[in-house]
Amino acid sequence: MSDDLTALPAGFDGGMLETLAGFVTELRRAGIPVSLTENLDAMEAIRHVPLEDRSAFKYALAATMVKNNAHWKAFETVFEVYFSFRGSDYRLREEEGDGDVEAMLEELIGAREGEGGSGEGLSAEELAEMLYRALMDGNDALLRALARAAVTRYAGMEPGRPVGGTYYLYRTLRQLDLDGVLERMMAEAHAQVPSDLTELEERLARDEYESRLDALRREIESEIRRRLVADRGAEAVARAVRKPLPEDIDFMHASRDELVALRKAIAPLTRKLAVRLARKRRHGRKGPLDFRSTVRHSLSTGGVPADPQFRYPRPSKPEIMVIADISGSVASFARFTLQMVYAISSQFSRVRSFVFIDGIDEVTDYFKGTDDIGHAIHRINTEADVIWVDGHSDYGHAFETYWERWGKEISGKTTVLLLGDARNNYHASQSWVVAEMAKKARHVYWLNPEPRSYWDTGDSIVGQYAAHCDSAHECRNLKQLERFVEHLG
Amino acid sequence: MTDVTASRFDSPSVVRDGLRHVDYLADDSIAGVVFLADRLGKPILVEGPAGTGKTQLAKSVAELTGARLIRLQCYEGLDESKALYEWNYKKQLLRIQAQRVGESAGEWSDIEEDIFSEEFLLTRPLLEAIRADEPVVLLIDEVDRVEVETEALLLEILSDYQVSIPELGTVAAKQIPLVFLTSNNTRELSEALKRRCLFLHIDYPDIAREKEIVLTKVGGITDSLAEQIVRIVRSIRSLELKKAPSVSETLDWARTLLLLGIDHVDAESAKETLHVLLKYQSDIEKAAKELSSSGAPGR
Repeated sequence: MSDDLTALPAGFDGGMLETLAGFVTELRRAGIPVSLTENLDAMEAIRHVPLEDRSAFKYALAATMVKNNAHWKAFETVFEVYFSFRGSDYRLREEEGDGDVEAMLEELIGAREGEGGSGEGLSAEELAEMLYRALMDGNDALLRALARAAVTRYAGMEPGRPVGGTYYLYRTLRQLDLDGVLERMMAEAHAQVPSDLTELEERLARDEYESRLDALRREIESEIRRRLVADRGAEAVARAVRKPLPEDIDFMHASRDELVALRKAIAPLTRKLAVRLARKRRHGRKGPLDFRSTVRHSLSTGGVPADPQFRYPRPSKPEIMVIADISGSVASFARFTLQMVYAISSQFSRVRSFVFIDGIDEVTDYFKGTDDIGHAIHRINTEADVIWVDGHSDYGHAFETYWERWGKEISGKTTVLLLGDARNNYHASQSWVVAEMAKKARHVYWLNPEPRSYWDTGDSIVGQYAAHCDSAHECRNLKQLERFVEHLG
Repeated sequence: MTDVTASRFDSPSVVRDGLRHVDYLADDSIAGVVFLADRLGKPILVEGPAGTGKTQLAKSVAELTGARLIRLQCYEGLDESKALYEWNYKKQLLRIQAQRVGESAGEWSDIEEDIFSEEFLLTRPLLEAIRADEPVVLLIDEVDRVEVETEALLLEILSDYQVSIPELGTVAAKQIPLVFLTSNNTRELSEALKRRCLFLHIDYPDIAREKEIVLTKVGGITDSLAEQIVRIVRSIRSLELKKAPSVSETLDWARTLLLLGIDHVDAESAKETLHVLLKYQSDIEKAAKELSSSGAPGR
């Protein structure tokens, strides 16, 4: 980095350079691949933007270093941590408001700087009331200031604690009771019109208010971050708030927010996968000579067949049978795998799916006649008959039943996918079923959402099954799942 | 490569105002990246959902700078002879035959030199953009449709603004064109390509910008109708749909409502015209159901 120093414009002191170096390092730690050339491009780019224009500065860095939209959120977090104190954004807004707002702001800032952070300038009720009015009017400048006051008052931040701020956010939001605020806003919206709101109008109003509340939440979160950075420095905070990229989120331990992120990420991923597989199928090898087309093309070379044409190959498509454990711990893994397999089901001649806990049930029909995979998954969770005795995973019994009822339908074109962590609660493994499957089917694969180092520990008996499979794969995140499914197509 | 004197814009805000002038409403990121692309002499890779104005951005920038727009539409199977250049085989053949008929004592090497001259070269979009004397904007549309191997064709142009023709030598650009590559993200583009470009993701606009777009593009629409339209569209986009409504579909819907003489959208009229906004039956049903419910708390 130090050799870039000459390329930097005046106004960049060593401190800024160090911040940038730390920023890039943190981006890489967060999993965003920033190459050396991209780093240099970024340095070149920021020479051209005015430093005081924070958003231009941000987009200059983003355009040169983040080349995948899925990484945008991670970038934004890191950017906020490293550059939250710089730029005009923080103070300038205060000049915008009219006299009234300015007076209130002054009062608030006074409260903020008052020792102990108890917010003497405003009582709790006044704060809540002002917040409510600001939300109702959509007054961004005031909201920003109020968010600051709320953090001062409620977050109870303790200097030096190595946390990422989630707890402070929770404490602040609990005091503000935003759900209650939303209801009050809706009530006022109702009161404002003489006749009743139609349902559509009510919905639109609610959406609008929710988006304002979201903006407030974000404002509070970034205010907390700002203070954390001021307290402990950017690097420490960045480490605490670092989150995995969507494709690296562990299926088994995803939080609710992360599951939402996963659901969003899976759609573009499967679309890409389907295109890739379709192309592979078409271009993988050449079909037989297309005589008619060859003759037609030969006309442009005077009848000499210089450019032989081939038919598109039509290789046979595999038939897929998915047998998935949907008990608590691995349910979301099964969900994403099923979703991915069905999203590219056009690449297979047929997909059949079975789910089990200790009993097993076929759920292929749930996916028929609906475009909405989410809906099908919901039906699986509510309707499928998968409990035999006690609702604890019993792979042995499930496989045995499967073999009795559907075993004969496995043919030489079938690929069987077995999904689960193989934590069998010390029941009998019945691994002979997998051995029999492997004899009849084209391939049998085991996908395990646990890290490989946990396999065959405790009640996990994946080794006993894997011995009979073509291969067993660790499948903890979208990246690994995608790689496997591509190999399958 | 970066000749500052040749820069077209002074600041991001100049870009934004200029684009507004040609009826393209850019946000901070769009204006900022276009500005940088000009300053750094780098191509822009524009990604985002369909119908958010990726192609339109290139067209508008061309209009703004008064440059000629040269467009290369990518498709599977695109090759050198369609993208870069091709020798005019038939004309070359004629040239050789003419020589034979005339029986003049031409040396073969003369003919060879002659038939591989610029006269027999058919320029395709990429070479044309490089050789142009006047300012041009090069648009390489839907670059994700070509195979990974074909991407390599673009690399020399994108980083050095030149084309190497074995028989002729290297043709370097007379001026650096602004280059836009658009991608619908149906596959991951190669690292080499991404590295050479500035990256710009155009997402659905926020509610204020979308309203402005509707007001600008749909003449005679009232402010309150536009407000209602973009709010409903936002609600619909928040649902899990196969295909969320794009900006162009929002505009179509606005025009439809205007034509039907509806100046206040209620649940009924919205439901009847939803097919303009959404293209899948399952999406339409879902949206119709959602719009007539009031949006339960904790949705």
